[in-house]
Amino acid sequence: MSAVSFDGVSRHFGPVRAVDAVSLDIAEGEFFAMLGPSGSGKTTCLRLIAGFERPSAGVIRLFGAAVQDQPPYRRPVNTVFQDYALFPHLNVRDNVAYGLMIAGQNRADRHRAADEALEMVRLSGYGARKPSALSGGQRQRVALARALVMKPRVLLLDEPLGALDLKLREQMQDELKTLQRQLGITFIFVTHDQGEALSMADRVAVFNEGRILQTGTPETVYFRPDVPFVADFVGSSNILPAPLVARLTGTHAAAALRPEALRIADAGPLRATVTALSFLGTATRVVLEAEGTRLTALLAKGAPRPAPGDTVALAWDAGDLHLMAGA
Amino acid sequence: MMRAFSDTLWRRPRLTIALLLAPPLIWLGVVYLGALAALLAQSFFSIDHFTGQVNRDLTLATYAELLRASNLDIILRTVTMAALVTLASAVIAFPIAWYAARHARGRWKALFYLGVMMPLWSSYLVKVYSWKLILAREGILTWGAEKLHLAWALNGWLALPVVGGNSLSVSATGTFVVFVYVWLPYMILPVQAALERVPPSMLEASGDLGAKPFQTLRHVLLPLAMPGVVAGSIFTFSLTLGDYIIPGIIGSSRRFIGQAVYEQQGVAGNTPLAAAFAMVPILIMAAYLWAAKKQGAFNAL
Amino acid sequence: MPSDRAPLSLKIAAGAGLLFLHLPILLIFVYAFTTEDKSYQWPPPGLTLKWFAVTWNRPDVWAALRLSLQVAAISTAVALVLGTLCAAAVSRAHFFGRETVSLLVILPIALPGVVTGIALRSVFHIAEIPFSFWTIVLGHATFCVVVVYNNAVARFRRTSGSLIEASMDLGADSFQTLRHVLLPNIATALLAGGMLAFALSFDEVIVTTFTAGQQQTLPIWMLEELVRPRQRPVTNVVAMVVVLVTLLPILGAYYLTRGTDAVAGQGK
Repeated sequence: MSAVSFDGVSRHFGPVRAVDAVSLDIAEGEFFAMLGPSGSGKTTCLRLIAGFERPSAGVIRLFGAAVQDQPPYRRPVNTVFQDYALFPHLNVRDNVAYGLMIAGQNRADRHRAADEALEMVRLSGYGARKPSALSGGQRQRVALARALVMKPRVLLLDEPLGALDLKLREQMQDELKTLQRQLGITFIFVTHDQGEALSMADRVAVFNEGRILQTGTPETVYFRPDVPFVADFVGSSNILPAPLVARLTGTHAAAALRPEALRIADAGPLRATVTALSFLGTATRVVLEAEGTRLTALLAKGAPRPAPGDTVALAWDAGDLHLMAGA
Repeated sequence: MMRAFSDTLWRRPRLTIALLLAPPLIWLGVVYLGALAALLAQSFFSIDHFTGQVNRDLTLATYAELLRASNLDIILRTVTMAALVTLASAVIAFPIAWYAARHARGRWKALFYLGVMMPLWSSYLVKVYSWKLILAREGILTWGAEKLHLAWALNGWLALPVVGGNSLSVSATGTFVVFVYVWLPYMILPVQAALERVPPSMLEASGDLGAKPFQTLRHVLLPLAMPGVVAGSIFTFSLTLGDYIIPGIIGSSRRFIGQAVYEQQGVAGNTPLAAAFAMVPILIMAAYLWAAKKQGAFNAL
Repeated sequence: MPSDRAPLSLKIAAGAGLLFLHLPILLIFVYAFTTEDKSYQWPPPGLTLKWFAVTWNRPDVWAALRLSLQVAAISTAVALVLGTLCAAAVSRAHFFGRETVSLLVILPIALPGVVTGIALRSVFHIAEIPFSFWTIVLGHATFCVVVVYNNAVARFRRTSGSLIEASMDLGADSFQTLRHVLLPNIATALLAGGMLAFALSFDEVIVTTFTAGQQQTLPIWMLEELVRPRQRPVTNVVAMVVVLVTLLPILGAYYLTRGTDAVAGQGK
């Protein structure tokens, strides 16, 4: 049984189709990422699951039960908000214990549970502080503890790492993954950062303009994008236009070719002119132009480096050229 | 049961808004707008001058009465006073607002703020009363003028027609001073708000470009303060137009719109004429607000 | 830096302006102690405390004070409910006519008091409602709503919408959210708005003269004394007490909203 399933769900704001006929199944225990640029409908989907938005059409099921008419407080999900949404008038312990207080748990029990949850996110001893006295990273842990203490069957995270600096973000990525494995509950998180989605999630749904373009494992969306948008958005593939691909392979379809799959060789099917080079440390990025198409190649350390203006031949392994549907 | 009701509210957000808005809208919409409508209706009624009864047939006769020379005189006097009061308030408010916005820091800033807020919120009648004490013939102003050997100037001013009178407390000058005093804080706050939005770098840029302080004031600061002045003038103008207590207590026997409204509906019992008089400030303010909106003054409110 | 040095002329002009605002009120304090009871003579021929005792024993002053406090208390309560509801609706959702609602709330103080007064009187007249305590409250509550509304709207705007969502996400229904999250977060703004509304009602005279009939609030009592002075020293003492009493809510409201909402009390 799916933890979350969408069946033809739409959410329209006036003429704007924020979510447009989305169908989706998320399995229990999955770490699921909703990836897309801003305004692509991923956050609205998350809010539909939590119950902060109501669908204009379609059915949303949580563990088999239709919930689109249930308010947030009747759903077995909890949310970590992008701005954390900690209650400013309560201290950290009472923030974490808030849901238990509403559920009618007595003071001693809920404070014990809150302290345990704080320990889990490594914030023991911070219970008496006000949220305003915490750093951004600490606030985020409190928000996490406040949601987890409710023992939700699904945890929703809205851009959970967006407000953190790079180092903290990498650390939190590992912690969230460990936590999800320990607890075994479904995590659904929204992000616009493809690196984050690929490194953390079991499966990724790529959103654009209110629709899901592709759902699959990180490897699938990375190496075998269904459409050019996915190829471009997930790791900036080179996209070869259909006429060029037709000449190269005989099949009329656009194709994706990852920058690291391109080689500069003595001979190859495509000739290109080097327009720019940039040194990235472990590799060198080369920008080329071939028959009016802009291409990027990542050359491993030690490979021969051309100079701008050179005309070179490009080669790749046949398996790396991934043909796509759509233009 | 509360949960079930809460569920309904969640499912029907429009119902929630409607329930929230119903009490205030019923109160303000029905009571207040109803009252304004009643006022408008009254102004189209007329009074039978023989029986003193209000005739409820719609007519423009009351407006014709409003346009008599003596009434136009009242309207003109009130508008002139409102304009002068607004002008004077702006001139006095500017340095205070400027200092508070650009120079006062920390505790001084709080002090300036309270220094404006406290007179704003102090009792209106007490403020008027204090000027009755000050302007009285035997009061502190006459005493001060004598001590400074300026009694001749005061008496000379009082001897002038229109602005003068028996003493300052029964002169148009007195009315003017009290109006300015009472409405001044309403001018200071928006001007200060407008000046606070001016980035300091803009003033420095003007200085860098070789402007003397006075030129900076004239060409940079004053234009930037204008939206605040217009916003403040909405208050000073409107409040002066509608006031009937200040000219009644401190002023000559020449009447203002507010007094005309009060007397027509009270002593004279001519409610239709009072209503017609009351439409004058409404129309003037509507025009004023429309013009101010075009100037973008509402952002400074 | 232009903020470091103020030209002397600016300092003098600003200082003089502030003195102009405050000296007249301070003068009232001196007059409360004068021995002169027939005129407004300056300087006072002597100082005495006896007028405080005289005022204390005046039943008409006490009656007016009691009425004013009752009217202010009930008007404030009504304004708190109406203003908060209105602010909640306006800040929670975008709906058709939002601007109109804001305008409607502001109208009673944007229009001159004499207009509000005579408009209410017209409606009482047409609907044949006799003047009473409640007609005064009706008028006062109408123009007090805006003060509460302004304070509440500013606070709602600062209170992030996700707090409400977080509360519901954690299992609280609308009413529990109201009690445990919303009210604690807007309490000080409401208190400040309520204090200002109280001060506004306590002081109001123009609308009241049209809606009061025979009853005397304290400002109406003072107005009578100003138009037809009977015992000037008593008026002096009452004026001083009124200044002191209105000062408290203003300072209270200021400290409650200091550094949080832009300005409490703007748009009186």
